[in-house]
Amino acid sequence: MNIPANLKYTKSHEWIRLEADGTLTIGITDPAQEMLGDLVFVGDVKVGQTLSAGDTAGVVESVKAASDIYAPVNGEVTEFNGELDAAPEALNGAPYDNWIFKMKPANVEDLAKLLDAAAYQTVATAG
Amino acid sequence: MLKRTPLFDTHLACNAKMVDFGGWEMPLHYGSQIEEHHHVRRHAGMFDVSHMLNVDIEGADVRGFLRTLVANNVDKLQTPGKALYSCMLNPDGGVIDDLIIYFLSESHFRIVVNAGTAEKDVAWMQQQASATHPDLTITPRRDLGMIAVQGPAAREAVWSVWPQHRTASENLIAFAALVEGDVMIARTGYTGEDGFEIVLPATDAPAFWAALKVAGVAPAGLGARDTLRLEAGMNLYGNDMDETVSPLDAGLAWTVDLKTPRPFIGRDVLEANGKQRNFVGLKLLDRGVLRAHMQVVTPHGDGEITSGTHSPTLGFSVAMARVPVAVAVGDTVNVDIRGKLMPALVVKMPFVRNGKALIS
Repeated sequence: MNIPANLKYTKSHEWIRLEADGTLTIGITDPAQEMLGDLVFVGDVKVGQTLSAGDTAGVVESVKAASDIYAPVNGEVTEFNGELDAAPEALNGAPYDNWIFKMKPANVEDLAKLLDAAAYQTVATAG
Repeated sequence: MLKRTPLFDTHLACNAKMVDFGGWEMPLHYGSQIEEHHHVRRHAGMFDVSHMLNVDIEGADVRGFLRTLVANNVDKLQTPGKALYSCMLNPDGGVIDDLIIYFLSESHFRIVVNAGTAEKDVAWMQQQASATHPDLTITPRRDLGMIAVQGPAAREAVWSVWPQHRTASENLIAFAALVEGDVMIARTGYTGEDGFEIVLPATDAPAFWAALKVAGVAPAGLGARDTLRLEAGMNLYGNDMDETVSPLDAGLAWTVDLKTPRPFIGRDVLEANGKQRNFVGLKLLDRGVLRAHMQVVTPHGDGEITSGTHSPTLGFSVAMARVPVAVAVGDTVNVDIRGKLMPALVVKMPFVRNGKALIS
């Protein structure tokens, strides 16, 4: 499974990248897309919404099932990747090149609570 | 321990993602469910359906036994090999199972039943037979495997690997079968495409599968099987009907023969209650995916989705739903998707047949 070393992760299978401007770019991991199967819908993300870590931020749906995606830290949703409206399957092909939403974190220090690649590898391997 | 079909090792070798399906360890997909779906619609795919059970009923007056056992009328079967789709009802008119009956001879009919219901089906058949036809032999055939080969190129692919069966099966009409020894070739299926369902000795199944694969038939899993059957407007037992649901409320009135005076199990209740719900197709008018058990809100009262999915052929979400009888084709209703009401159009089923979209 592909788990890039330069990203942060959650137990609920989101990846997080801290950008130079202090915002977070968030998507779902390779093991997550593998478990879900062919994705057919990504949405229900509310731009402008303030979320706490672990709150539902949106949904990804495969042919098989719907699965919530969660806010990794406290903060505000600033953007949704509209390109996924027409091409949700992009998350299957290149899960780390296609982000789902962006957040402005309330405290950048909260990122320290997220998993690094090695810790996430353990989570993903355990299923 | 989950049950395994004769093709279990074959699925693993084809990189299947295996899942528990009603106690059977079955392939969900072999990489991409959507690609498998398209391959069946455009070319040919094959499904391991060996978890379903062939039940042979043999002896004197099998026909008489089946006349009361099932809701469709086996007297429609007059040519050997002809098949009939029917529900087997309980005395309350609920569906014990939906099944296909093959008329092989007056002393031998074969019934193919669903995997999850197989044991209770056989027990029910034996119980009914003991009362009226104690001399009949009812034999579950777990020694047989079954492979569905479906798609516009399916029959040619089968003939290419089984040239010896070509002449006999070339003239099979839809919903008819031929039997040669332990091989049965039926022009039936669960996808809305042409093709065969092939019964063969379990030990022969892996080699037959391998030969079909070489002939360009793509392995397809339960995931594609579900999206294909839903597009084809075909019911799934346990989703769209079960023991608490009348076939008249599940869009299956066409399989219930109430025209002849023949008594059958469940008939009295069906006639007393009549049709109480409409069974309709839905097309989601917005983005998202309709799923089983979502609530359908209409001006005439609420209904429920029984099966729903994203349709790979159509590119939007479709569903089957049980709704109040006043809801008609052309109406717009609302579906509660995670707390949000989303508009859906009531449409006629099937959604797709023989590769062609019937709604847009």
